[in-house]
Amino acid sequence: MSTRPQNAYSPVGPVAARGGVRANVYHGKPASSVTMIPVRPVSEVVVPKVSLDGISLSYKTTSGERLLALDNISLSVQPGEFLCVVGPSGCGKSTLLHLIAGLHPQTSGKVLVDGRAVDGPGTDRLMIFQELGLFPWLTVGQNVEFGMKMKNISKAEREEKTQHYLRLVHLSKFRDSYTHQLSGGMRQRVALARALATEPDVLLMDEPFAALDAQTRDLLHDELERIWGETGRTIIFVTHNVREAVRLGDRVVLMTFRPGRVKQEFPIVLPRPRHIEETDVARTAKEILSCLREEINKSLEAEYADEKNR
Amino acid sequence: MKKIAKQIVFYSALLGIWALLAKLHIWPPYLFPPPWGVALALRDGFGDHSFWIGIAVTMKRMLIGYSLSVVLGMMIGLGVASNKFLEETLGGLLVSLQSLPSICWIPLAVLWFGLTEKAILFVVLMGSLLSVTIAMEDGRKQMPKIYGMAGRNLGARGFRLFWSVLLPASLPFILNGMKQGWAFAWRSLIQAEMIFLSLGLGQLLMMGRDLNDMSQVIAVMILIIILGYLVDGLVFRTLEHRLQEKWGLAPA
Repeated sequence: MSTRPQNAYSPVGPVAARGGVRANVYHGKPASSVTMIPVRPVSEVVVPKVSLDGISLSYKTTSGERLLALDNISLSVQPGEFLCVVGPSGCGKSTLLHLIAGLHPQTSGKVLVDGRAVDGPGTDRLMIFQELGLFPWLTVGQNVEFGMKMKNISKAEREEKTQHYLRLVHLSKFRDSYTHQLSGGMRQRVALARALATEPDVLLMDEPFAALDAQTRDLLHDELERIWGETGRTIIFVTHNVREAVRLGDRVVLMTFRPGRVKQEFPIVLPRPRHIEETDVARTAKEILSCLREEINKSLEAEYADEKNR
Repeated sequence: MKKIAKQIVFYSALLGIWALLAKLHIWPPYLFPPPWGVALALRDGFGDHSFWIGIAVTMKRMLIGYSLSVVLGMMIGLGVASNKFLEETLGGLLVSLQSLPSICWIPLAVLWFGLTEKAILFVVLMGSLLSVTIAMEDGRKQMPKIYGMAGRNLGARGFRLFWSVLLPASLPFILNGMKQGWAFAWRSLIQAEMIFLSLGLGQLLMMGRDLNDMSQVIAVMILIIILGYLVDGLVFRTLEHRLQEKWGLAPA
């Protein structure tokens, strides 16, 4: 397996990222992410899978003032990369995913996928919502089949793929169940299978494991890492849990509190498979957390200020 | 079991009181027929097929009129729910129109369509269209937004988004309105048939009055109650039940 020493985490240190596109770590195919790959110079980097180019978003609040939610975010994600975005609640990290998914237009800037501008939802990028949005009127199998049906894929192929992806998430036995009959972790896996079945290049995951208990979450981390390795998808994973981000990501992007900006980027070069209890994971998380703390304090201050104003 | 026993006792008592009152001859039988008189009228009505024909004609009109109002109501309701301008203008008009009893449409229908089938269907349509529309609008608004987003995200667009996602997602919220729409349509139809006098249960009712045949009047009234109850109790209750089962909602 890995030829690297245990403490392979090289503190490259937080990379200044604001305003710039820096793809400092490129892992290539996820299967090979366990071996060291030298940092490539920017010029050699292939067309990024997803790149955000000066994204800003502002909206009018009910009281009529304009609020800047996202401020000039530039970021690029390499094909097959597992990118985690962390930030305090209210920093607009979920909104960022909605923009990439094309479910909401940005105020300025561009979202590029494979170098082409995004102007609406597309099955090349699939979002897994925090509240999942599984269809309760369909069975597990029909839920997984749904996206393929919309793509007019033949019945035989749908059948085969539904089975394949249900097996991938270990839910073959529950094909004919309705979603309300499943546990939280199982529903999470249905959502994952449903998204994978349309074979998107990019998976956008919005705090998918936030509502699960710790054991189930650990299990799903393992499964997600395995599935990511097997399918080679690009994943952008939003979470408020720094340990989770370090456990899963090739790179962790830290966002500031309102307006959301990229504060720092942390390449994570720990060997895979990782575990959330590992000391290396904990140490790296601690470093990121100290940066995040500042933002959390800002968000708390803002919350208390709101309360005082009331 | 206990509930059924109670019901048997209740209805037997009701029939008993009715029979007793009839037996006392306080009113002449042509004004207050005994239960067995009504039973005979039911037997004769079904025997000479006039009741069967009445039921068939009425149910056919009901199906056509109601289907029309569901389709139209869906379109208008969804339009109103998804467009702020329509909501603020047409939405208000719809609510105010609902206070108009459907029988008020009869004079208009007669002038526009004459004493025809079209006029009857028009009255049924106007009777239920509004409640279906309003139910659709409410259902669309109550439906959690996540389903629409998830559907769009999975590549559903336009009509397919509506048909495979928005419609099934809002079903639990619109079913009650559809049920109410059916009840309104049923009332409007019987009223219209009593005035237009062209077959159907409403006409049978009026025929009983014209012939001074109180037994037939009550027999047809019983038929109308049973039919209405059957559709409500069997069709809609079953739908509701299956929906709750699928969605995992606790039976209300």
